[in-house]
Amino acid sequence: MITIRYFGFLKEALGISEEQIDAQCCKNTAELLDYLRNRNTQWADVLSDANIFKLVVNLNVIHDVTPISSGDEVGILPPVTGG
Amino acid sequence: MKRIQIQTHPLDPIQEGMTFQKEAIDCGAIVSFTGIVRGNDNLIPLEYLYIEHFPEVTEKEIALIVHEAYTRWDFKNCTVIHRVGKIAVQEPIVWVAVASGHRTEAFKAAEFIMDYLKTDAPFWKKEIRVDGSSQWVKAKNTDQQKKQRWLYDGK
Repeated sequence: MITIRYFGFLKEALGISEEQIDAQCCKNTAELLDYLRNRNTQWADVLSDANIFKLVVNLNVIHDVTPISSGDEVGILPPVTGG
Repeated sequence: MKRIQIQTHPLDPIQEGMTFQKEAIDCGAIVSFTGIVRGNDNLIPLEYLYIEHFPEVTEKEIALIVHEAYTRWDFKNCTVIHRVGKIAVQEPIVWVAVASGHRTEAFKAAEFIMDYLKTDAPFWKKEIRVDGSSQWVKAKNTDQQKKQRWLYDGK
């Protein structure tokens, strides 16, 4: 299983803060986003490129498409607003 | 020396400043910035801010920002403290301090760290208004522009 964590407004827009999905769904982070966006139009809208700042795999911010497998944790971060 | 702290309890810039100064050995300049929760956003009165972050990742990303500043300017000490959770209007939300031999490096590094903190560190603000409504704050283009200028004007 792959654990997915949602942050900020994504949590409320999707109505979920964390979920586990079958690792068979996707070999990498790009496929994972496609998988989630294909759930329905709401997921596609909320997880649009403009609403995703960065992805985090196993607590490391990634800058390129990254392989994922069972046991991995992926965080989906909306644009940040700290400071 | 570098210190990065994420905390839920109140932030006391005066106390932190005294501690920071004691530890700034052989430094001729200290520049600090305190960010404070404004009482309104676009004239809508605010009750408090709620700030979410991504534990472990936030600290790592701030460390990268401070490290990048170290590669550009010669400074000795740096402290970054950011509050999370519920923060009332008028309370400090962030405190950044830089100590260096001379003032230019401290000014520049503190500004750089704050600009990148706004655009790169995983914090998310939610406004809870006096009228009971709430809203996640949207990222501002002006913050991106402030960060962008460091790309062209490296120092």
